Amino acid sequence: MLSKREWAWGYLLIAPMALGLAVFYLWPILQTLYLSFTESGVFGGYTWVGTANYAGLLGDEDMAGALGNTLLYAVLVLAGVPLSIVVAALLNVPGLRGLSVYRTLYFLPVVTMPAAVGLTWRYLFNGDFGAINHLLGLVGIDGPYWMGDPDVAIYAIAIVGVWSSIGYNAVLFLAGLQGIPRHYYEAASIDGAGRLRQFFRITLPLLTPTTFFVVVITMINALQVFDLVYLMIDTTSPALRGSRTIVYLFFEKAFVHNQRGLAAAIAVLLLGLILVLTAIQFRLQKKWVHYE
Amino acid sequence: MSRPRTWPAHVVLAGGALVMIAPFAWQVVVSLQTLPESLSVPPKFTPSWQWSNFPEIFRTVPLGRQFLNTVVVTAAVTAGQLLLCSLAAFAFARLRFPGRGAVFMLFLAVLMVPGELFLIPRYEIMVGLGWLNTLQALIAPGVFGAFGTFLLRQFFLTLPRELDEAAQLEGANPLQIYWHIMLPLVRPGLLALGMLTVMWSWSSLLWPLVVNTDPEMMTLSAGLASLRGQFQTNFPMLFAGSVVATLPVIVLFVIMQKQLIAGIAFTGSKG
Repeated sequence: MLSKREWAWGYLLIAPMALGLAVFYLWPILQTLYLSFTESGVFGGYTWVGTANYAGLLGDEDMAGALGNTLLYAVLVLAGVPLSIVVAALLNVPGLRGLSVYRTLYFLPVVTMPAAVGLTWRYLFNGDFGAINHLLGLVGIDGPYWMGDPDVAIYAIAIVGVWSSIGYNAVLFLAGLQGIPRHYYEAASIDGAGRLRQFFRITLPLLTPTTFFVVVITMINALQVFDLVYLMIDTTSPALRGSRTIVYLFFEKAFVHNQRGLAAAIAVLLLGLILVLTAIQFRLQKKWVHYE
Repeated sequence: MSRPRTWPAHVVLAGGALVMIAPFAWQVVVSLQTLPESLSVPPKFTPSWQWSNFPEIFRTVPLGRQFLNTVVVTAAVTAGQLLLCSLAAFAFARLRFPGRGAVFMLFLAVLMVPGELFLIPRYEIMVGLGWLNTLQALIAPGVFGAFGTFLLRQFFLTLPRELDEAAQLEGANPLQIYWHIMLPLVRPGLLALGMLTVMWSWSSLLWPLVVNTDPEMMTLSAGLASLRGQFQTNFPMLFAGSVVATLPVIVLFVIMQKQLIAGIAFTGSKG
């Protein structure tokens, strides 16, 4: 029953949200695109400079460094995804008690403030009095100055990145696991397949749609990492060179150095990077994702 | 079938759980130590019950004020999200109007764009409004969300069509159907979205860092981040502040974890 009144109600009810999204989302996207072709003056105002910002970024050392650091971080965090699968598979063991307790504990890092978490990890990673190097020392390993070494800092940040996302991903994987019909396993048991064989032959293939979703989301989030770098690395630390990510560089340019046009160009390039890498993921999914 | 052994799973899970909570435990321990203890080599793994760190951190920075700011902002953002997202989601799921599909696609497109693309223009909107260092600067952009609309739309779509048809015959208008019939039925969705919004709003850092630079108007997240420079080595104080900032969300999460996790699993598998 399509009535004129239903039309009016429809528009009325989406109006507040649509208006807000237009002002705080759509307009900013267009404005950022425009700004990326301008240069901000000292006293405000913008001058059109064409593609100069993009051209400048092409040969910029900081930009190249940030791109490399961001990609390395994303790869490291993605390498942590199998850990979530292991956690989810263990949580899915039939007859396991204490599921909700484990779920709560693993999920704790997800719900807590990155500001508090980042500062705590930074303390744990301290080269002199940090607990991590102390523990490494107990097994005879001489730990590095994690937060002061440009070659090491990004690994420390990625460890925290993995730690804080395991619980979230495990919840998604657990939902995926619980969607796998039991009778597959029963049939495999009758055929004499062991637990491990069942895991690789049944669980992993049937979990690939969830895995694909988790990998795409994890990658998109990792490419936008800012909080942990900002909190764990001092602005004066030599390690910043090895851990400054794209969003960190964007933040510096936009709100520390007041180079808004340049910062806008960085944001647009990040959008491009995310779109390209996500498109590649969708292309590759045909090769490894099994839909029932 | 004999009951399978579960203890190997317990051993690995418990070991992992220890790694998950160790940083929190360590944060609490150090928040109750003296400054020299916190810097000792080898590290001291026990608290010496320096409760004075807590009143001290409230005295040195406007932590109480920042706590209040965070509560107000989080409450306002969450209430706004729940209302506006559910209104729009209801309309997208249950009402027919021309352009519905196209507008919804636009909402989805917004969802995929990284947040950094909004930051500079939003900042300039706030400058234009004279809203820098105000709570409304933190609230206004937060109450609008494409994700929440999408999440709740999924919930509204699962409800049977007969519900609105029956109510329509009784002469109820869409707003009455939304409020009296539909909203109570999507309660699990509202709880999940509410919990997610509380979490995000409570912890968000980049936007608060940018718009409110006056310590009195900061949220806990930005306040803590600014302590980082100020108290570079005073970890007991820093962690006393961290404990104050994290505890409320942890408590809320422990109470509400079922709803939150159900919501995440729902969006994950349907996303």
